[in-house]
Amino acid sequence: MIDPRLSGKYAVAGVGTSAYGKFPEKDDFHLAADAFADAIEDCGLDKSKIDGLAVCRVPHYAPMAEMIGLQPRWTLQLPPHGRMSGISIIEALAALDAGYCDYAVLLYANIGRSRRIQYGGEESPGFWDPWGFTSMGAIHAMLFREHMERYGTTTRQLAEVSVAFRKHAVMNPSAVMREAFTIDDHEAARMICDPLRLLDYCLINDGAVCLILTSVERAKDLKKKPVAIAGIGAQDALRHASYPQADFWFDALQKTADQVYPMASVGPSDIDALMVYDNFSPTVLFSLEGMGFCAPGEAGAFVEGGTLGLGGALPANTDGGHLSNSYMQGWALNVEAVRQVRGECGARQVPDCEVVQYVAATPCTRSIIYRPA
Amino acid sequence: MLTDVSRPLPKRTPVNAPFWEHADRQILALPWCESCGKTHFPPSPRCPHCLHDAFDWRPASGRATLVSWVVFHRSYWDGVAADVPYNVCLVELDEGVRMLSNLVGAAEEAPRYKMPLKVTFTDRFPDLILPVFDAA
Ligand SMILES: [Zn+2]
Repeated sequence: MIDPRLSGKYAVAGVGTSAYGKFPEKDDFHLAADAFADAIEDCGLDKSKIDGLAVCRVPHYAPMAEMIGLQPRWTLQLPPHGRMSGISIIEALAALDAGYCDYAVLLYANIGRSRRIQYGGEESPGFWDPWGFTSMGAIHAMLFREHMERYGTTTRQLAEVSVAFRKHAVMNPSAVMREAFTIDDHEAARMICDPLRLLDYCLINDGAVCLILTSVERAKDLKKKPVAIAGIGAQDALRHASYPQADFWFDALQKTADQVYPMASVGPSDIDALMVYDNFSPTVLFSLEGMGFCAPGEAGAFVEGGTLGLGGALPANTDGGHLSNSYMQGWALNVEAVRQVRGECGARQVPDCEVVQYVAATPCTRSIIYRPA
Repeated sequence: MLTDVSRPLPKRTPVNAPFWEHADRQILALPWCESCGKTHFPPSPRCPHCLHDAFDWRPASGRATLVSWVVFHRSYWDGVAADVPYNVCLVELDEGVRMLSNLVGAAEEAPRYKMPLKVTFTDRFPDLILPVFDAA
């Protein structure tokens, strides 16, 4: 069991991002350095105090540290998987609590757009290739078909997810995709892997994100209001990792919910804004069911009528998410969570926003609840 | 214009070779642990239940239930492009393990959730005999 003493003890002190889009002239290190500079500007930390560094999708920690002038005593390299964003933040908490470092910098960079990464085929050979099965999107398509058959969920209900997030992106000057679309537009979009269409798929773009974590006490000496990590939860579902999960990750999500809510002393009804991993739109529905925002099988009806939009019952992915803001594999969602708690989100700010939850339903399910320190 | 359709060939390893060698003879086989007697899929170097490392590869019943299916409208490999759109299904074998495969025949024409299926084999791809599923 996670030590409840960790609740509210550590904070995100600074956040930063690069620009999002297509930057063939910049490599991953360059974008990550941009995000780091932005985070230092954000919180005003003297960077000579930084003694922890974790990098994810940045190709190598050593040139990264050299380029931004860091000399850490805690260094970690994580594989380029979306599930590693939540994992990195949780690992950094443990490192801070163990005294491995006092200020942890987490850096993520992705140049998938400029490298024309397609997340399938020869890039990721697997046992199922002879049957033509590849790409994460197809796993989500397979799961969503089962959800449709089992519960009667419709693609028009699924469209509510990407329509709501695009509306948020329209209000986010940093977002890559800023043209609104309707449920009918979603239904008419090009089929990629039936039942999923183009607008159910995340973007592929370049960009980088930086988070700076330290104790709440230390964070209070910096420029911005510290945003405390009030709760964390984790459960993997790796036992049958090579094919689509029979339960829509429900068991892993429930076990994660059982940790994150009690630790943060809140429940689903207290969540002011939800940042939910959305590499493909069905996983948003699965997250809502697994976290207990609605009963299993009822997420389709739950999201109808703009529930996830600003002004709805559960504003989600207020930056536009992976579907419309930027494919930063969970990292940008955690930045948005921090900015919502700080009240920095301008036109897309959720009023009186105090409790923000991040959740990623993946074979490594993670959730984090942020509250004002 | 007729274009050659192909599929990525299996990457045969000591662990999965028995599966593909049986498939070459039009047999759907599963590994049964010689210690605990349970089966698993896809093939593993050790029994995921008890960690034993020897398996008796035996023909499966070939009976399965349709759990889910998708239709790929884009291709991720050159040889597959001419085959788009094509389906991939998730089935549960009567032996209790799941596998990804393709639907053919009546099952491809009209897939139904939980419909009973039976294995068959296709040789329409070069250098590949592939276990696929039709309506039982
Ligand atoms: Zn065994």
